[in-house]
Amino acid sequence: MEAAAIHERLSAKFGEGITAFEAGALQPWALVTADAIGEVAAFCKADPDLSFDNLMCLSAVDFPKAEPPRLEVVYHLWSYRHTHAFVLKVHLPREDARVPTVEGVWGVANWHEREAYDLFGIVFEGHSDLRRILLPDDWIGHPLRKDWEDPEFYNGLHVKPTAQMAERAMAGEKLGVGPFDVTPPNRHVPTEQ
Amino acid sequence: MTEITGVVQNRFNENLVFTTVDNVVNWARKSSLWPMTFGLACCAIEMMATGGTRYDWNRFGMIPRGTPRQSDLMIVAGTVTLKMATRLKRLYEQMPEPKYVISMGSCANNGGPYWRVGYHVLKGVDEIVPVDVYVPGCPPRPEALLYGVMKLQEKIQEDRVLRRKGDTLGSLSGASMAPEAGR
Repeated sequence: MEAAAIHERLSAKFGEGITAFEAGALQPWALVTADAIGEVAAFCKADPDLSFDNLMCLSAVDFPKAEPPRLEVVYHLWSYRHTHAFVLKVHLPREDARVPTVEGVWGVANWHEREAYDLFGIVFEGHSDLRRILLPDDWIGHPLRKDWEDPEFYNGLHVKPTAQMAERAMAGEKLGVGPFDVTPPNRHVPTEQ
Repeated sequence: MTEITGVVQNRFNENLVFTTVDNVVNWARKSSLWPMTFGLACCAIEMMATGGTRYDWNRFGMIPRGTPRQSDLMIVAGTVTLKMATRLKRLYEQMPEPKYVISMGSCANNGGPYWRVGYHVLKGVDEIVPVDVYVPGCPPRPEALLYGVMKLQEKIQEDRVLRRKGDTLGSLSGASMAPEAGR
């Protein structure tokens, strides 16, 4: 199916649940309200004409300068049976971002949603095991948000390099040895005539 | 004067016997460096290539071990994340003395490309363990790693086992973050 036909089918079924559609993009996408995404996802998989049996990717994007500021969750869908693709997007507020999970539809969403929670702080309601997946369990904050600032320490280890560490790292350059002493053999060195 | 430690507390002058014993012990240590397999990132690929048939670190008596308890050498090959740093420190502490560390690649040396923006990367493995040899590169070629191993062998050959003075190679006492405390 073409993207326009997919969108037509979805908006006929869900009406208000589908708020926007962009057909001209490289990967055509439809905007879905946060409340409807669970049912839309289930329909996308179950409907025999759509039959999106694969969630290729679930990503999150932060737009702090948009009006109003928002987080986006992006679902890339793929159908092995019909070999067509479609993209669903959900807009969320940056404060207290909550969206229903699609783990029950595509099992692979389990880890993807944990990663989005870990790095962006998006809470997927109904998720069976919403823990951090990459960062340590005692980490504070969600570092892929645009307003993230490095803490000074994590567990007594420097996160921000100090001036002393910088001086030590650059000491090798002054001596002509060490990690900064890298001269690629193919570097072009202009010679004075 | 640094505090004098060692097996026989520096009770004897250097003579033929003691220098010979040192030579033999150091020769044995440097000729059978068993590295712990500690590949963390892309540097591990180069480390594996160094262990492969073309570069063949078996020539140096290096046999990679899967456990810290049988290892003399830890080659930290790759990006040390803050999550991994605590594990790395624990594995280092599980290695028996004498133990040595080679920091392989820019990430292990000082964080490398994650220096400014890596919220999750340790800025140099020498923050947590004492490093004997730094191998620059991103990643270093196998020749560079082998050169680092040979440099470490030179350092081991200079160690004084019976008449040890001050900080020894591969001991925790050498760990320091002060820039002037380099060996």
